[in-house]
Amino acid sequence: MALSATQLVDTLSGLSLFADLSRPQLEQVAHKMSEESYPVGQRILREGFTGTGFYVILDGEVAIKIDGEERARLQKGDFFGEMSILLGEPPVADVVTTRQLHVLHLGGPELEGFLRDHPPVMYRMLKTMALRLYNVSRVRD
Amino acid sequence: MTDRPDRPYPPGDYPVVVVGSGPGGLQTSYYLRHLGIDHAIISADPAPGGMFRRFPFFQRLLSWTKPYGPVPRDDRFYEWYDWNSLLAEEPENRAIMPTLMDDSSSFPSRPEMELNLATFVERTGLRVRYDCRWEATRRDGEGFVLQTSDGDYRCKVAIFAVGIAEPYKPDTPGFEHAAHYVDTGSPESYAGKRLFIAGKENSGFELATGLLQWAQRIVLCSPRPQKLSVNTHSLLGVRARYIQPVEDQILGGGVFILNASINRIDRRGSPFRIMCSRSEGGAELAVDADEVIAATGFVCPLLDLPDLGVSVFGRSKLPSMTNYWESATVSGIYFAGTIGQGVSGMKKYGLPANSGAVHGARYNARTMAFHVAQKHFGVERARPSVEPSRLVDVLLEEATHAPELWNQKSYLARSFSLDPGKGIVDEGIVPLADFVDVEGPAAVAIAVETDDTGDIHPAVYIREEGRPAVETLLLSQALHDFRTAEHRAQLGSLLSGVTAGAVP
Repeated sequence: MALSATQLVDTLSGLSLFADLSRPQLEQVAHKMSEESYPVGQRILREGFTGTGFYVILDGEVAIKIDGEERARLQKGDFFGEMSILLGEPPVADVVTTRQLHVLHLGGPELEGFLRDHPPVMYRMLKTMALRLYNVSRVRD
Repeated sequence: MTDRPDRPYPPGDYPVVVVGSGPGGLQTSYYLRHLGIDHAIISADPAPGGMFRRFPFFQRLLSWTKPYGPVPRDDRFYEWYDWNSLLAEEPENRAIMPTLMDDSSSFPSRPEMELNLATFVERTGLRVRYDCRWEATRRDGEGFVLQTSDGDYRCKVAIFAVGIAEPYKPDTPGFEHAAHYVDTGSPESYAGKRLFIAGKENSGFELATGLLQWAQRIVLCSPRPQKLSVNTHSLLGVRARYIQPVEDQILGGGVFILNASINRIDRRGSPFRIMCSRSEGGAELAVDADEVIAATGFVCPLLDLPDLGVSVFGRSKLPSMTNYWESATVSGIYFAGTIGQGVSGMKKYGLPANSGAVHGARYNARTMAFHVAQKHFGVERARPSVEPSRLVDVLLEEATHAPELWNQKSYLARSFSLDPGKGIVDEGIVPLADFVDVEGPAAVAIAVETDDTGDIHPAVYIREEGRPAVETLLLSQALHDFRTAEHRAQLGSLLSGVTAGAVP
């Protein structure tokens, strides 16, 4: 999926994580994050490995696996990798591509500055993480 | 058509066809020949060199060749000090670049680099069919047909080393009026002018640095702040040699570096007016300029490969690839040279590999050639055994000196399989992301990595049979010599367990 600069910004504007950003801010996001592509079956995050990154899915799908057991799937607009970076700990799960994956990537050390520069993104991320926590709690109950 | 010495590889059937005569195509062809894989190599250019026949404009290369390394120039470990020579198995064909430099800089000039590649071709006897332009592609049974200006080439495997060479300009209104980086004029033509450069990557700063003494004013503009390599602890960002414009801005010396998105470029008469929105706050800003140059990058000239099913992504239209640089969507199509940067690998701490530069791409090309030979033609390369008692020392020696590990940090690794029946076997250089994801026999791989603090240290990946690899970081060392008693003890302890004590 090769997007022109304008198409990429249009795509970002349609993702809930970036829904509160102005067009110049979206352009800055598009320049700050790098586009990457991964084939089917590749691990993007690896349990116990250091130096991970933050990813936003533009196209494709990944599975989250713990000890080989699939726990969830993420698709366009979803993001992953933030927990490990925010906690400063290696991931506790593998994230594996189940379809060819096209993502925006940000190196782990850049995430804090990125979120401080874009508080609306931080708020949206917080809401999503709260929802994930709520869903996990509900399943346990 | 006959196979004339000056026009080798006439159209016809070949097991492999390589397209391109830049460093990536030449290095791939060299190792395919070394492995006995019959192939043709064709190029639209009239001579070897690829992008180095034209770029960079003003400055020397960004990749060093240090003439006085601590080891002889034909030693493999010297490759860490010479980023520009292509790899060769024959000692006399190694380290050509330092023999062609005039000692005025450790960074070769463009003509010196072009001569380096031409000399490699001459000395190694590589033959290339020049002035043969690849024009279209179609499937042919299990293989492909490459239509060229000289006729059709049928092949089982096609390897494209065509660079990221097609100028790219954003679709923002008015960019059609801007010159692209490749159309930059002579320095004198910018004398006394107000110059606006769109883009804050190395190409933009290369132009700004080269034109500092000529332009009346230089504005560099893109949405995000520039990254500097000295801050990212990698080659990501503007290289140290191009940061003079940053200092000029700080001192108020006629250089302005703006974080803004460009809304449109108006041309009313000769001068330009560039309408921008500041990234911080979104305030509108109009900048007048006499010249506008789009240093906005390049895209891959993949012609009709996407129509064939080759998936591409990103602004550079890079192909989606496996860890062995094969198209993720069309088996049998590979990519070499700077296109290889589309394979992210581990990208630890966000640091990319150096696949976009010769010193990374040359190892990718060799690794890919071994893979193509094995996967498509059943040619296995030598896998010598290693005495268990030597494994720890060999791994630490690799971490200290191996040019593959230092040039492609967290990307390429040295691997040894730990088969109890066959003993310890040298598996050579492998893509690290492949090693840690493929469920194979028990094995160990060592890589060199840089973390977010800039600390450089070895990382060991141990894979037990049928289980994912486990990562262990070794200690760093002030002088990057990891052959210490502490490192031996740490690594020995790790390996002793996985080899049931075979490694002491």
